Amino acid sequence: MLEQLNDIEKNAMEALRSVADQAALEAWRVTYIGRSSPLMQVFAGLGKLSKEERPAVGAAANRVKAALEAAFEEKAQAIKAAALAKSLAEERLDVTLPGRPLHVGRLHPSTQQLRRVLAILAEMGFQVYTSREVETDEFNFQLLNFPPNHPARDMQDTFFVEAGERGENPILLRTHTSPGQIHAMREFAAMNPDNPPPIRIALPGMCFRYEQITARSEIQFNQVEGLVVGENITFADLKGTLNDFARRMFGQSARTRFRASYFPFTEPSAEMDVECFVCGGKGCSVCKNSGWLEILGCGMVHPVVLQNGGYDPTRYSGYAWGMGPERQLMLRYRIDDIRYFWGNDLRFLEQF
Amino acid sequence: MKIPLSWLKDYIDLDGLSVEEIARKLTLAGLEVDEIKYVGLPMPAYKDGERHEFKTSGISWARDKIVVAEIREVKPHPNADRLTLLDLFDGEKEQVVLTGAPNIFHLKGTGKLSKPLKVAYAKEGATIYDGHADGLVLTTLKRAKIRGVESYSMVCSEKELGISEEHEGIILLDDDAPVGMSLADYMGDAVLDISILPNMARNANVYGVARELAALTGRELRKPLIEYKTEGEAVENLVAIEITQPELNPRFVLGLIRDVEIKPSPYKIQRRLRLAGIRPINNIVDATNYAMLDQGEPLHAFDYDVLKARAGNKKVKIITRPAADGEKLTTLDGVERTLTPGNVLVCDEQGPLSMAGVMGGAESEVTEKTRNVLLEGAAWNFINIRKTAKQHNLPSEASFRFSRGVHPSLAEVGVRRGLQFMAEWAGGKIAPGLVDAYPLPPKEATVTVTAKDVKRLLGIDLTLEQIAALLTRLEFKCEIANHQLLVTAPPHRLDIGEGIVGLADVLEEVARSYGYDNLPETRMADALPPQVGNPAHEWEEHVRDLLVNLGFQEIVSYRLTSPERESRLAAFDEYVALANPIAPERRVLRRSLSASALEAVEKNARADSIALFEIGPVFEPQPGGLPHEPRKLVLAMSGLREALAWDVKDSPHFDFYDLKGRIELLLSGLHYPDISYAPTDSVPYLHPGKAAEVRIGGERVGVFGELHPLVRDRYEAGNAPILLAEFDLDALRRIPPVYGVRPVPEVPPVLEDIAVIVDEAVPAAQVEALIRQTGGKSLANVRLFDVYRGEQIGAGKKSLAYSLTYQSDRTMTDAEAAAIRKKIVKRLENELGAKLRS
Repeated sequence: MLEQLNDIEKNAMEALRSVADQAALEAWRVTYIGRSSPLMQVFAGLGKLSKEERPAVGAAANRVKAALEAAFEEKAQAIKAAALAKSLAEERLDVTLPGRPLHVGRLHPSTQQLRRVLAILAEMGFQVYTSREVETDEFNFQLLNFPPNHPARDMQDTFFVEAGERGENPILLRTHTSPGQIHAMREFAAMNPDNPPPIRIALPGMCFRYEQITARSEIQFNQVEGLVVGENITFADLKGTLNDFARRMFGQSARTRFRASYFPFTEPSAEMDVECFVCGGKGCSVCKNSGWLEILGCGMVHPVVLQNGGYDPTRYSGYAWGMGPERQLMLRYRIDDIRYFWGNDLRFLEQF
Repeated sequence: MKIPLSWLKDYIDLDGLSVEEIARKLTLAGLEVDEIKYVGLPMPAYKDGERHEFKTSGISWARDKIVVAEIREVKPHPNADRLTLLDLFDGEKEQVVLTGAPNIFHLKGTGKLSKPLKVAYAKEGATIYDGHADGLVLTTLKRAKIRGVESYSMVCSEKELGISEEHEGIILLDDDAPVGMSLADYMGDAVLDISILPNMARNANVYGVARELAALTGRELRKPLIEYKTEGEAVENLVAIEITQPELNPRFVLGLIRDVEIKPSPYKIQRRLRLAGIRPINNIVDATNYAMLDQGEPLHAFDYDVLKARAGNKKVKIITRPAADGEKLTTLDGVERTLTPGNVLVCDEQGPLSMAGVMGGAESEVTEKTRNVLLEGAAWNFINIRKTAKQHNLPSEASFRFSRGVHPSLAEVGVRRGLQFMAEWAGGKIAPGLVDAYPLPPKEATVTVTAKDVKRLLGIDLTLEQIAALLTRLEFKCEIANHQLLVTAPPHRLDIGEGIVGLADVLEEVARSYGYDNLPETRMADALPPQVGNPAHEWEEHVRDLLVNLGFQEIVSYRLTSPERESRLAAFDEYVALANPIAPERRVLRRSLSASALEAVEKNARADSIALFEIGPVFEPQPGGLPHEPRKLVLAMSGLREALAWDVKDSPHFDFYDLKGRIELLLSGLHYPDISYAPTDSVPYLHPGKAAEVRIGGERVGVFGELHPLVRDRYEAGNAPILLAEFDLDALRRIPPVYGVRPVPEVPPVLEDIAVIVDEAVPAAQVEALIRQTGGKSLANVRLFDVYRGEQIGAGKKSLAYSLTYQSDRTMTDAEAAAIRKKIVKRLENELGAKLRS
C-alpha cells in the first residue's frame, strides 16, 4: 500500500512536469488529486485496512496529498505568471506613435503679454484703467500738451474720423492710451477736488497710427501705460519703479539705461533701453548691433498735463511711461513680421 | 543729422575720447546716434562676442599706406590714350602712378607742373573701395601690369576712400595739404548720424552738438570767431526791410558782399558738406549751407544785381507778407507754385522773391554770373513754416529747422558767418553793417529754481551752486539770490517756458547735465492709493479664461474694415468712417465682431476644426460726436467635433448643440441664474430654424445658431456648418451672479428613467421644467438622455427619455420615489398631453 502511494506520487509528479497550460493542469488535477483519483481511493479504502496498517498508510497518504497539492499550487502560479508575461509582451505598444490630440483654447499672444505686464504692475499697486478708443483731438493731444500743429504730432500720424466741422477738435482714433491719463486724473480729482488722491494706474488698450501695413509697421497696436501721481513722486522713483519692472519682466539680471528723450506730455523725458536679452548685449540682428533694446518711453508728467487733470503741479508730481506688448513679444519670440498679430492665422496663434 | 567729427573739433577738443564714447554721451543726453560711419579714422576692431554699441559702417585708412602726395607731372601713357602716368612724390620717394582720372587729363603732356597737385595716394597693399564696383566693395591694391606699364598704387577718388559716391575724378586736396602726412591724420573722419528730437532743434547744427558735448564732458566750448573786414557803401543805404506781420516774421537781417568770384569751395569744405549729406554747388551756395550746418540758421542768398534791376536801380526794398490767394511764384526747383494766404513771402516792391523759410525763388537765385550777393537770415513762425512746407510738400534743410523753431538771435549770427565764409572762399568785399529789422524779440525766459524743486522732482540733493554749475555748462545764465536760483535761458533756445512749465524745462536740463545714469533709483515713498481695482476688466478676463477652458482660440481682428467686407454678413447703414483712410478696405470702424470672426473662419478653412472667440468693442456712430463703443463677444465654430488622429479617421461636424453646450458652460461658469433659450428668427444671417436667443432673467443677452445657408455660401469656408454666437458683454456684465453650493449628499440617490411621448411642437425645455417643478426638492437632477422619433410612436410625436435622480437627506425608499414619479407623469399627461412610453 505504501508502495502504491509512492508510485502515485512519482507518476503524478512526473506527469505534472509536462503540464504547460491551464487546461492540462486542470486535467492533471482531476486525474491525480480529483475525487476519483487513485490517491482519493486510497483514502476511501483506509477503513478496510487493519488497525495496525491504518496509521502509517493514512499518514503517508496525507503527505502525498499535501505534496501534490503544493506542487499543483506552484504549477498554477507558474502558468499564471507565464500567461501574464505572454500577454504583457503581446500588449506592447509603439510608444512613438503620436498621442491623440485635443481641441484646446488659447489666449491671443497679445492678451498673454498684456496679462504678464499687468500682473507685475498689479503687484506693484498699479490698477487697470481703461478708456475709449475713439477720442477727440482735445484728449488725445491738446490736454496732453500737444498744441495744434506742434512738430511733436509728426511722431504720431493720426487717423481722423469724418464728423462734420469740428474746427481744432476733430475726432480721431487714439494714437496712444494717454487720453486715459486725463480721464483718470479728472475722475480721481473729482473724488476730492481740494485734496485729490494719489494715483497709480496701468492703462492698457488698442491704439492706432496712420501707417502703411508692412512687416515693420501696423495701423493698430496695444499699448500699456503706467501713471503715478502723488505728492512726493520723483524722477528717481521713476527709475526705481521701471528698473524693478524690467527685472521682473526680463529677468533679474536685466540691465537698463535711461536716455534723454522728448515727449510733449512728460518732462524730463527718457527712453528706457534694456540690454538685449537675445545676445546679452553683444550685438545681434534683434538689437541691430547696439546691444540695447528700446523698451519704453517715460518721463515726469508735464505740469500742464497735471493741471489739465485737476492736479496742482506745484504740489503734485508724477511719472508716466508707455510700452508695446506686441513689440515685447516680437523681441522675445523673434517675430519678424508684425502683421501676424491681427492676421488671425491659427498657424501663428497656436504657437503661443 | 550727419555730423563729421572733424567739424566738431573746430569747437571742442575731443582728444582722449573715442568715437564710441562721444556717441554714447550724446545718445544718453538725447542726441541719439543712429549710426557711426567711419571715413578714414581707425574703426574699433570688435572681437568675436565683444560688445557692439552702435551700428557702424565705413572704412579706415591705413596710416602708413594712404598718404598725402603731390603730382609733379602728368605724362602720357605709352600704350593708352585715355590713361596718364603721374610723376608723384609721396613724401619719401618718387613714384610713377597710372590713372584715368578725367579731372587732370587736361594737364597731360604739359611738362612739370608749376604748382604740384595735392592728392590722396594709396600705396601697394592699401585697402580701399573698388571705384568701379556697384556699391561698396573693399579691394586691396596689388602689383599689376596695365597696358604694359606696371601699376602698384593709386591716386584716389572720394568713392574709393568712402567719402561719397563721387568717382568722376580724383580728389584734389587743398594746396596746404602736407605731403607725406598720413591721410587719416590729415582728414580722417567719422560721421555721427544723430536723430534730432522735436524739442532739440537748437542742436541741428555742428556748434549746437559741440555745445552739448562740452556740457557733457565739462570741456571748453570754443566760440567761433566771426570777424571780417568791410568796405564800400553800407548796406543800409542800398536795402530796406518792411515786415508786415511780426508774429510771422519776428526778425529779418540782410548783409551784402560785392565782387565775389563764383568757383568751387575749398576741398575741405566740399568734403565736410558731402559727409554732412549736402552736395557742394559753388562757393556762395556752399557758404550758405555750410553756415547753416555750422550755426543752425538757414540762409538765403539773392543775386543783388537782379533785385537792383527789378527796383530800377533804386534802393531795394524787401517786404515780408502773407501771399495773396492764388499768387504765383516759381521756386528755384523750377516749379511754379500757387500760394495761399497761409504762406509767407519774401518780396520786393515788384513782387514775390521767395517762399519764406521754405524755398527761394528762381529769378533772384545765385548763378555762375552772380557778382554781388545779398544774404538773408530771418526768423519765422515755426507753425506757419510747418504748414507751408506740408502744404507744398517741400521738406528742405531750411524748413526742417524753421518748422521746429530757430531762435531769432541766430539770424544775425548766421548772416555774419555766411558773409565771412563767402569772403574767405570767393574773395569779394563785405559791405559795412547789416540791415536788421527786429520788431518782435522773444521774451527772455527766466525761471526761478530752488534746491527743494530739484529734490521734489528729481529726487536728488543739490546745492544751488551745483545746480548753477550744471546749467552754466549749457550756457544758461544763473544768479543766486535769497536761496533761489534765477535761471535765464541762453539766446539760442526757444524751448524754455515760464513759471511751472519753465521749471520743468530747466529741471530736464539739470537732469541731462547731471546725467540720467547718475540719478539714483528709489522706491516710491508716497502712500499707496486706494485700491479700487477694475471689476469690468477683471470680469472680461474671467470670460476669456472660461472660453479658453472650453477650447476656444482667442483672435484679435483689425478694428478697421470696410462696409463691403461686413455686408457679406449684414448691411449697416452708418459707420464711423475715416477722413484719411490708409486703404479702401480699412476705411471704417467695424460694426460687427461676427463679420471679422467669419473672415477668420474663412482664412483658416483648411484647419480640420475651428473654435474662435473675440472680445472687443464695435463702433456705433453718434451724430457729430464720439461713437458708442459697446463691448461684444463673438464665438465661431466649424469643422470636426473630435480631433482626428491616426486611429480617429472621422468625426461628425460641430452643430448647434456643440455650440449650445459651450454657451451653457460659459454661463454656468459666470454663475448666472434663470437662463433660458428661445427660438428666434430675428437674426437674418442665422438659419431660421437653428437659431436661439439667450435670456437671463428674461433679458436677451445674446443670440446663437447656425449660419444661414445663403450667408454661408458667401464665405469660402468648406462645407461644414458654421456656428456663430454673439453676446452683448455690457448687458451680460450688469447681471449679478448668484453664488452657492449644494451640499454633497451622504446617502445614495435613487435613480430612475422615464420616457414620455409628446407632440413634436412641445419644446423639451417645457417638459423638463414641468418635471423639475413637480419633482420638487427631492428631484436632484434631470438629464435628457434620448430623443426618439419613429413609427412605433406615431407621426408628429417624439419620445423624450429622462434619467431622474432622487435625492433626500435620508435614504429614500422605492415607494417614495414611485409616488413622485406618479405625480410627474400625471402632470405631464394633464398639461402637455404626454403619454408614458412603456
